[in-house]
Amino acid sequence: MKQTITVTINGKAYSHEVEPRLLLIHYLREVLGLTGPHVGCETSICGACTVAVDGRAVKSCTMFAVQADGRQVVTIEGLAADGALHPVQQAFWEQHGLQCGFCTPGMIMTSRQLLERNPSPTEAEIRHGLEGNLCRCTGYQHIVNAVKAAAQAGK
Amino acid sequence: MATTITKPDTLVGKRIKRKEDPRLITGTATYVDDIQMPGMHHACILRSPHAAARIRSINTHAAAGHPGVVAVFTGADVAGVGPVPCGASLPGLRVPHHSILAKDRVYFVGHPVAVVVARDRYIATDALDLIEVDYDVLPAVADPEKALAPGAPAVHPEWPDNIAFTYHQEGGEPDKAFAEAEVVVKQRITSQRLIPTAMETRGVVAEHRAGQLTIWSSTQIPHLMRTLVAMMLGVPENLLRVVTPEVGGGFGSKLNVYAEEALMGFVAMKIGKPVKWIESRRENYLCTIHGRGHVDYYEIAARKDGTVLGLKLKLIQDLGAYHQLLTPAIPTLSVLMMPGLYRFRNVSADIIGAFTNCVPTDAYRGAGRPEATHGVERMMDLLAVELKADPAEIRLKNFIGADEFPYATATGLSYDSGDYAKPLKKALDIVDYHHLRQEQARAKAAGRLMGVGLSTYGEICAFGPSPATPAGGWESATVKVEPTGKVTVMTGASPHGQGEETTFAQIAADELGVTMDDVTVIHGDTAVVQYGIGTFGSRGTAVGGPALYFAIQELKKKIVKFGAMLLDSDDVSFSGGLCVCNKSGKTVPLAAIAGASYRAMKLPAGEQPGMMATYFWEPPNFAFPFGAHIAVTEIDRDTGQVAIKRYVAVDDCGKIINPLLVDGQVHGGVVQGIGQALYEQAVYDDNGQLLTGELTDYAIPKASMVPWIESSHTETPSPVNPLGVKGVGEAGTIGCSPAVVNSVVDALSHLGVRHIDMPLTPERIWKLISAGGRA
Repeated sequence: MKQTITVTINGKAYSHEVEPRLLLIHYLREVLGLTGPHVGCETSICGACTVAVDGRAVKSCTMFAVQADGRQVVTIEGLAADGALHPVQQAFWEQHGLQCGFCTPGMIMTSRQLLERNPSPTEAEIRHGLEGNLCRCTGYQHIVNAVKAAAQAGK
Repeated sequence: MATTITKPDTLVGKRIKRKEDPRLITGTATYVDDIQMPGMHHACILRSPHAAARIRSINTHAAAGHPGVVAVFTGADVAGVGPVPCGASLPGLRVPHHSILAKDRVYFVGHPVAVVVARDRYIATDALDLIEVDYDVLPAVADPEKALAPGAPAVHPEWPDNIAFTYHQEGGEPDKAFAEAEVVVKQRITSQRLIPTAMETRGVVAEHRAGQLTIWSSTQIPHLMRTLVAMMLGVPENLLRVVTPEVGGGFGSKLNVYAEEALMGFVAMKIGKPVKWIESRRENYLCTIHGRGHVDYYEIAARKDGTVLGLKLKLIQDLGAYHQLLTPAIPTLSVLMMPGLYRFRNVSADIIGAFTNCVPTDAYRGAGRPEATHGVERMMDLLAVELKADPAEIRLKNFIGADEFPYATATGLSYDSGDYAKPLKKALDIVDYHHLRQEQARAKAAGRLMGVGLSTYGEICAFGPSPATPAGGWESATVKVEPTGKVTVMTGASPHGQGEETTFAQIAADELGVTMDDVTVIHGDTAVVQYGIGTFGSRGTAVGGPALYFAIQELKKKIVKFGAMLLDSDDVSFSGGLCVCNKSGKTVPLAAIAGASYRAMKLPAGEQPGMMATYFWEPPNFAFPFGAHIAVTEIDRDTGQVAIKRYVAVDDCGKIINPLLVDGQVHGGVVQGIGQALYEQAVYDDNGQLLTGELTDYAIPKASMVPWIESSHTETPSPVNPLGVKGVGEAGTIGCSPAVVNSVVDALSHLGVRHIDMPLTPERIWKLISAGGRA
């Protein structure tokens, strides 16, 4: 039986009737057309689907849409404000922190949380903080550089 | 060939951030799964749970009647669709018929059996469970050496020996060299099966509308795929359009033509609605090609002074159950590159291609060359150990000299250019090799296990001359100056993360004197872009780049003619975006020239209106990048954990267009090499069940599992093309695994360890240490 949920996504409130089994990632992608977050594994290992739920980085492939009822969700599409890139987005661009780009939306969302929790992370702390997000292209080095650069920009 | 271009103050050679990135960092890029169309349906595929079985019956009745399901198709329905193609040909090659859905038998776990098409993917998934298949389960074999043993289950009943082909190649006089050798060292070396794991799985959308079939697919080869799928479906090629939207990584796994690409075309034509199939990660691991899968038996012959004389290889290739596009060709690349960077004048190789009840192997980043490099680099270290020689010295002694190029190898290649000692010496300097060995001796005295491993690799890139490749080996480019002076480049390459929208814009901007913002690079749509070959084998920039360069040179001739007409001069040159009359000094900008060419009020004699040129460039040879990697490792005696303390990569990929992007390619390549060396292995059990069937069980490296990579370069231009480029996409992967394994073996050598097969898991290392080196 469908349930009605109300979710604030990227600052705007939405209300929909959804099946209880609908995953949050599919709600975002297929109901709302927010295709920035990606599905990479369906087992919450790869992190390509990462979004922020009430300010915490969450893998939206292993959360039901109904669990987001009444909560605030931010996706990669909600990061840039008034045409200006978020500092983490800017840093990924400057530092070549992406190649195919598929992991990037999740990687940026996790990096953003990492810097909120620790504004001056060491290299080891960055690598540890990104363990839940897999990238097969970059070897992570330019991602580490991007997070460092974003931390620097935030000072 | 033409001389290498070196110009001061060019965009080529600069670290420039990518034009691709704004759409990728904001979540606005379009991958296949992002495509939504009115009336779109979703397909899910039922796959065999058994590695070998006869299908007694399939009952799709309940699934077809499930609410929301519009169609179910099985092997009987697709009998008119042609087989999945194998593009490789070898003498005597046995090619099993590879139907897009199983007919009466399945050959590996994941073999597609039926497809359900429904209103949405949840319903389609539900309906899969309603299909009843009655299987008669048969014995399976999942290991290539076991498959070749007498009495093994036959993967294909018509070929009970499980041999798909044998292949022999030799050069020089290998038997004589081995007879005369003072030292012969032998070793069995495996390169384990790996799963490419592009972060985006495969996906296909198909639509049949007004007689035209359009297929959107996450592929590296849109044009080749179009040709082959048109043949499979019996659709006129000019009524099939293939679009490659954003592609989330490939690494060779999307250098293929898959059953699902034709199957979705078939479904779209049957149901008259657009259909989407998105591969799950589980399917990706079961059904998208794997890589490597070698068991190699090497013998190296040498003199006591360390001079190498000959190399022999018996190579057993795990092919899997079928040939995908290039499956049987991959091990032949290993043979081509088995001499590495050394003066092996006498070589002999025998390949046995073995069928197994596993998903096919095919090109995965490096495709045969990492296996070859791992083999020869391990053998050089084994020889050094045997002769109590330094591994750096023995390499330097046997390198082909910088004055010997072009160098004809014993395997029939012509190495284009090189200075192999240069990157090795540079890498040795970076790690301060002499002091590093002293530090290692102190560590050993203190009871610590520290190792230093070298790898000096060569690779064959820029695939390649057409006669040496299964399809054409050229690449195409069109360059247009639009009436407003903006530049559009259309490349037949199909980049999917490599960044050619940026590097090709650098080349075009330099050549045409415009800004990079003035250039747009288009790729991956067969309705828009002229026929092309695609992106693989480090060929995007190394073959596609020169195609673009030559197209621009053609266009410049036209620009000068129109410029001369507009300046009313017969002495005109073009540079910096301007045509200049060399007599009067008067100029006319490119935009005005282009505008005049389309307005066509007046035309130069014999010229057509418009400002566009297309060039199909056939490379005269491959290009051969090379380099030296050094890994310094330390092993935890109590856990067997390997820590890479330093990783130094000195790569020579010829002239560098964009150092920032080259760094990215090296880092990514090295980390995939570390994945093979330390973590990854596709494990099938004896029944052919894939035990590493999800990312939960298959260990691709995480950020915390890999070291900082100290990357630098030497720059030896290739004479094969006017840009001097060689290709860099696979270098890191090819150079890496032997450096890491040599380092770990070095750390354990005093325990009597000679060789360890990958992956070097803590368990494997701990057992070796615990057994005092005798595993």
